[in-house]
Amino acid sequence: ECRLGGSAKRSYSITSCASVFQVNVRDALNQAMDEELERDERVFLLGEEVAQYDGAYKVSRGLWKKYGDKRIIDTPITEMGFAGIAVGAAFAGLRPICEFMTWNFSMQAIDQVINSAAKTYYMSAGFQTVPIVFRGPNGSSAGVAAQHSQCFAAWYGHCPGLKVVSPWNSEDARGLLKAAIRDDNPVVFLENEMMYGVPFELSEEMMHKDFVIPIGKAKVERQGTHITLVSHSRCVGFCLDAAAVLAKEGVECEVVNLRTIRPLDVDTIEASVMKTGNLVTVEGGWPQYGVGAEICARIMEGPAFNYLDAPAVRVTGVDIPMPYAKILEDHSVPQIKDIIFSVKKVLNM
Amino acid sequence: MQNMLTLISNVFRLGNASKNVGAQAVSELLIGLSKYVDLTAPPAPATPRQPPLPPGTRMVVSARSFADFTPQASFPIKKCDLHRLEEGPSDEALLTREQGLQYYRTMQTVRRMELKADQLYKQKIIRGFCHLYDGQEACAMGIEAGINPTDHLITAYRAHGYTFTRGVAVREILAELTGRRGGVAKGKGGSMHMYAKNFYGGNGIVGAQVPLGAGVALACQYQGNNQVCVTLYGDGAANQGQIFESFNMAALWKLPCIFICENNKFGMGTSVERSSASTDYYKRGDYIPGLKVDGMDVLCVREAIRFAADYCRAGKGPIVMELETYRYHGHSMSDPGVSYRTREEIQEVRTKNDPISMLKERMLSNNMSSVEELKEIDLEIRKVIEDAAQYAISDPEPSLDELCNHIYARDPPMEVRGTNPWVKLKSVS
Repeated sequence: ECRLGGSAKRSYSITSCASVFQVNVRDALNQAMDEELERDERVFLLGEEVAQYDGAYKVSRGLWKKYGDKRIIDTPITEMGFAGIAVGAAFAGLRPICEFMTWNFSMQAIDQVINSAAKTYYMSAGFQTVPIVFRGPNGSSAGVAAQHSQCFAAWYGHCPGLKVVSPWNSEDARGLLKAAIRDDNPVVFLENEMMYGVPFELSEEMMHKDFVIPIGKAKVERQGTHITLVSHSRCVGFCLDAAAVLAKEGVECEVVNLRTIRPLDVDTIEASVMKTGNLVTVEGGWPQYGVGAEICARIMEGPAFNYLDAPAVRVTGVDIPMPYAKILEDHSVPQIKDIIFSVKKVLNM
Repeated sequence: MQNMLTLISNVFRLGNASKNVGAQAVSELLIGLSKYVDLTAPPAPATPRQPPLPPGTRMVVSARSFADFTPQASFPIKKCDLHRLEEGPSDEALLTREQGLQYYRTMQTVRRMELKADQLYKQKIIRGFCHLYDGQEACAMGIEAGINPTDHLITAYRAHGYTFTRGVAVREILAELTGRRGGVAKGKGGSMHMYAKNFYGGNGIVGAQVPLGAGVALACQYQGNNQVCVTLYGDGAANQGQIFESFNMAALWKLPCIFICENNKFGMGTSVERSSASTDYYKRGDYIPGLKVDGMDVLCVREAIRFAADYCRAGKGPIVMELETYRYHGHSMSDPGVSYRTREEIQEVRTKNDPISMLKERMLSNNMSSVEELKEIDLEIRKVIEDAAQYAISDPEPSLDELCNHIYARDPPMEVRGTNPWVKLKSVS
């Protein structure tokens, strides 16, 4: 029977009469927050424009109207201050969701994320928990230039005490955000602005209010035999597109969606590499000291190395600040052709 | 005040000469002081009344019993400078004997604990950072006296005093400084990272604790529990941008946050004149009302914090307090503390303005205690500190199994990479 899942919203449509829902990433995030706000009164959202503006990217649309000033709080443009306030609120028993309008602005508050949030449970020997979620769009967008395009997966992924999550599709966004909000640890939740408007199918099970995806577990999005592609966030889609093209040439790629940057699901990656014998990592961030670098190092140090038929390589963003002009920007980020090229090189095709 | 001090110092000089302050000298002192201080007390049910003496009887105080002590007295205290406030705290403070003894005991314990930490550091049993609080005891004690245990407090790295007043035993503090498993943070935190119920440390990054404190206050408001958060920072931190960000949000949202600047005149080696275009720290909240308080007088601090807490609990929003205080030690144990200030200055504060001495003089001059009783308390404290130091030295260091624990809360056990790929360590919550 046909029905609208979740709360009644104009933003997604009913499709077929099988219980499958077309939900874009923005709405998946919105619904996840709505349900968690309803479920636990200690949860609240703060950030710039999250309340009356409905969110700079409309991710929090409708929430202020429903929950009011107490639980959806517009902050002044003072990241260090409001991130610290959010962490302090978490110390004292609340469960804040602290939105950074983009993760670029988190640099103003990075001390609060690392020194006040990430390290506190350890420094206090387990006395003081910090159940906070920091979320916002991460990485490159379109035409926003150098200061607004950085990927922070490697920076935050570097730090013990944090969980760092990077969803790709709506299922990821929904399940991981709910898991993050329910987690008693500080979670860095890296969204992607270019994905907000992209619709995906969600099953009835995924629309259940207790649908959570475990943090720290990668997902094999596509089974393959010849080579493993490991990626996170938007690049997962590029990997799948590249895999579709390569399949026509008889190359079957296994595509692993990391979902979580920290803790890294090395077991899933290793199992895949031990199956395929080849590895290419794909990310939007800079190459040096990046996510791909970590994955390659782990493969070198683990049992999967002996199964490699060729060195593992990384496909990354170009090692430059993001330029503005479209032609330059397009050539600063990994494209599908770059993935295909790298796969063929690794496979010596 | 001056006359009172002269009277008292005369007695002590006499005492120094004869090594024994005679009962007669004390009684004469009391009679002399009665000119200046109200020694009569309202009826206190717990204390048995003495029958009135015939007029002209000279008070002979021979066998002293606790029943002889004055149960409470009222003291004039320094008026606070006010910023955007019509009225401030009372300029008179009532002190009961019990309170006086409790404040004395607490301040003396903090003093002795810090001096013991100094000793242990010089013996290299404590290492790393050690920022000592001696001199500033009246701040921690006054604040604790004026708030409830259910209120909240957060401070910066000069935190041992507050760790004690917020309920952590001396032995757990010293054992944390020596890095042993019996430390309040199991040896994993150290001097700047001690935590307790409603006490959020101990924070190493200058100024970062201020937004955190405002956040705790937000939680109090959100939960509607009528609690306040005392958020401390130093004169060195007072120029931090994030403090002004916190002021802004606290005022906008009327958070029940008491921002307190402990102004000990130096941010490490930099005097306030050299660091701050405005040294009126109690005014730096601008649109937030402020109070300037004598931080060496525990009663002054207590009255001020009571005033501030009432203000916040009434929903009027945040308030800023500046406590004028002084630290005897340098910034940390690696700073002798005499390159940017003179020994004379330090000595002057010790003799004229020491918070513990001030309280002691008040109590003695008002017959609220005796030299013997206070000495006895000192001896008890010495024993507590010695025992704690013994514990801190002999307690074993944390087990290596502890190394990777407490990364995540309430998570299943996980593996942590060691220093090389073959070392796989275990982490439990």
